[in-house]
Amino acid sequence: MAPVPGIFAAHLPPLADAVFSLLAITSLLLAFVMLGSRWLSEYMIAFAAQSWLIALLSAAIAFYGDYPELYGIAILTAFFRGLVLPYLLSRILRRLNVDRELHERLAPSSSLVVGALLVVFAFAVSTHLGQSLGLAGTVAVLALTVMLSMKLIGFLMLMVRSEVISQVLAILVLENGIFLGSQILVPGMPLLLELVILFDLLVVVACFGVLVRYLVVHAGTSSTLGLRRLIG
Amino acid sequence: MSAGSLVAVILLAPLVAVVGSLALRRPRPSEYLNLAAAIISFVAVIALLPWGLAGPYTFWRGYVIVDAFGCWVLLSVATVYLLASIYSIGYMRALGLDDRLHRYYALFAGFALTTLLGPLMNNIGVYWIAIELTTLVSTFLVGFEHTRESVEAAWKYIVVVSAGISLALLGIILFYWGGSLTLGATYDLTWSVLRAVGPKLNPTIALAAFLLVFIGFGTKVGLAPMHTWLPDAHSEGPAPVSAMLSGALLNTAMVGIARFIQVADAARLGALPRTIVVVIGALSLLIAALFITRQTGVKRLMAYSSVEHMGIMTLGFGFGGPLGVAGALYHMLNHSLNKSLMFFGAGDAMHAFHTKRISRIHYVLSAMPVAGLLWIAGAIAITGAPPFGLFLSEFTILRAGLAGPNAWAVFVMLALLIVIFIGFLNHFRAMYFGEHPEMAAIGKHHPHISRTAFWCVLPMWLALVPLLALGFWWPRSFSHYFAAIAAQLAGGGPG
Repeated sequence: MAPVPGIFAAHLPPLADAVFSLLAITSLLLAFVMLGSRWLSEYMIAFAAQSWLIALLSAAIAFYGDYPELYGIAILTAFFRGLVLPYLLSRILRRLNVDRELHERLAPSSSLVVGALLVVFAFAVSTHLGQSLGLAGTVAVLALTVMLSMKLIGFLMLMVRSEVISQVLAILVLENGIFLGSQILVPGMPLLLELVILFDLLVVVACFGVLVRYLVVHAGTSSTLGLRRLIG
Repeated sequence: MSAGSLVAVILLAPLVAVVGSLALRRPRPSEYLNLAAAIISFVAVIALLPWGLAGPYTFWRGYVIVDAFGCWVLLSVATVYLLASIYSIGYMRALGLDDRLHRYYALFAGFALTTLLGPLMNNIGVYWIAIELTTLVSTFLVGFEHTRESVEAAWKYIVVVSAGISLALLGIILFYWGGSLTLGATYDLTWSVLRAVGPKLNPTIALAAFLLVFIGFGTKVGLAPMHTWLPDAHSEGPAPVSAMLSGALLNTAMVGIARFIQVADAARLGALPRTIVVVIGALSLLIAALFITRQTGVKRLMAYSSVEHMGIMTLGFGFGGPLGVAGALYHMLNHSLNKSLMFFGAGDAMHAFHTKRISRIHYVLSAMPVAGLLWIAGAIAITGAPPFGLFLSEFTILRAGLAGPNAWAVFVMLALLIVIFIGFLNHFRAMYFGEHPEMAAIGKHHPHISRTAFWCVLPMWLALVPLLALGFWWPRSFSHYFAAIAAQLAGGGPG
């Protein structure tokens, strides 16, 4: 069925609607897996799995929405976000000699509760936005909710986690949230832009990798708790 | 030359310097290569100015735009790039890092390239990426000295700014979504397209998107309360890098804020967006005033002064109208000149006294007579005292504010400017004229008396002389320029 301009997400066959919702919600659950765990390797696996789900989502949108170029995006997403980034991160992690968070500012269980509250807030905001467009109850509202929730959860992880690698992953969760939401909301976004953002992400992670090495060598720490010299 | 080839020259010159520095791997040729690139870029930007006034022109399939606003920002960026390139030669030689110096110049030219790229970008998504790239390149310049503090600053810089700027991306996507409801699923999101579709945007989405982009780019501009990375990054990088961060980079990010204010006007969101902009601008002034008064580090002092001046510029754009926009733009150029001068002076003082702490710097004039004089002249200028350029621009912004609906902010601004004037100059009093009589005796036989290198003093003159001239004389051609930009930016008018 041909997509209605702009309000693609409002007129979907029920099966497509279900598939999109399932993929989006599972991605959100994986963000909670990261939030609820202390082990850095589990974050990494959850992040990789989330990236694969987003790749699947791109492919599903390409199929149901008739956007053939999104197949390409799906392959690139699976390759870069699902394989290359986790590989780069695990290389950084191997050099660091840490495998878990030791001094989180908020225990994982409390983080989960705060995360749930953030999702409720994101849902309230998205419902409000959706209602103003007459899209209440559609997958567009769900996409907005997941996008905002992952954004907020990413910021929560930045706040309560202190290992440098957790902070990098938190920033990647922020990015994944935006990417997931944009696939559903604006599937027609120019291809060039999506490619450049993907490339940008690789450069970001490479830069973070170099900086982590600097931190370990010159500041002697892999935890941001050690970064307390510059204040005032 | 046509505008297109001028743009190519502006961007190719630093690119050649990047590649050349990395290929040559020798310190002295890299220095001069970078300096040559800065001169060429500066001259090309000057030549581009008339095109900006006649424009807007778009090139390369609509991805590059030459308009009056962009050209004006390019002027301040290219000026700082030139001054900082001259200063780098003297400053970096004294650091004794010759074995890594080619990398410094490659990064420096790369940083200039990304900063020059931003104001020229017509597609909003690509503009976002240009801003993101400036962060990635400049992080390594901030951490270049490889000290514990500089690496800490670099880390905080990249984390805070990447997280903040991702909010701007979210806002841009929401704008794209809002636009796609009228324009169809696939279109190019340029500044003019978004402005044109503005009246048809759903107001709820437009407001949410505006807030997100304002917070996102506001992080990069260093507006309070998102300013936390700025004092660290500006104080720990080498002095020429601090000048580039403060005088060039912040302006490039300000482009986004000013253009999105215009979109918010076009979307007819009422007075709320401008009020939020004004509140955040005033808050930045407040935070800056508090930290300036009780500051102990000389470069952090300059960094908080940047927060202050970004707040003032935000107020100017937030007040809007021809006067507000003109004041903000005049302030941009003056601040770029003045803040370069201040960071250069701070760098000289750090070399002479081997410390960053204000309390350990005494009798600056006996340690560095010429540079010391230039530095204190700059200090008087940066607090907004006449007869320097910043006095005129701040006065213009105050006048613009009185005419608008947010006149309360004018009084807040005035009160805080007085606090900052006293607090800032009090630190200079302590550094120039000691506290105790017995220190005066030491001052006369200062152990650190050093001749500041020619390369370090020259850019200070080059910054101060135009600053003084712009305080006496507001060129008529500038007024034409500002009128053209204001006609574009103040489309919906204030309120």
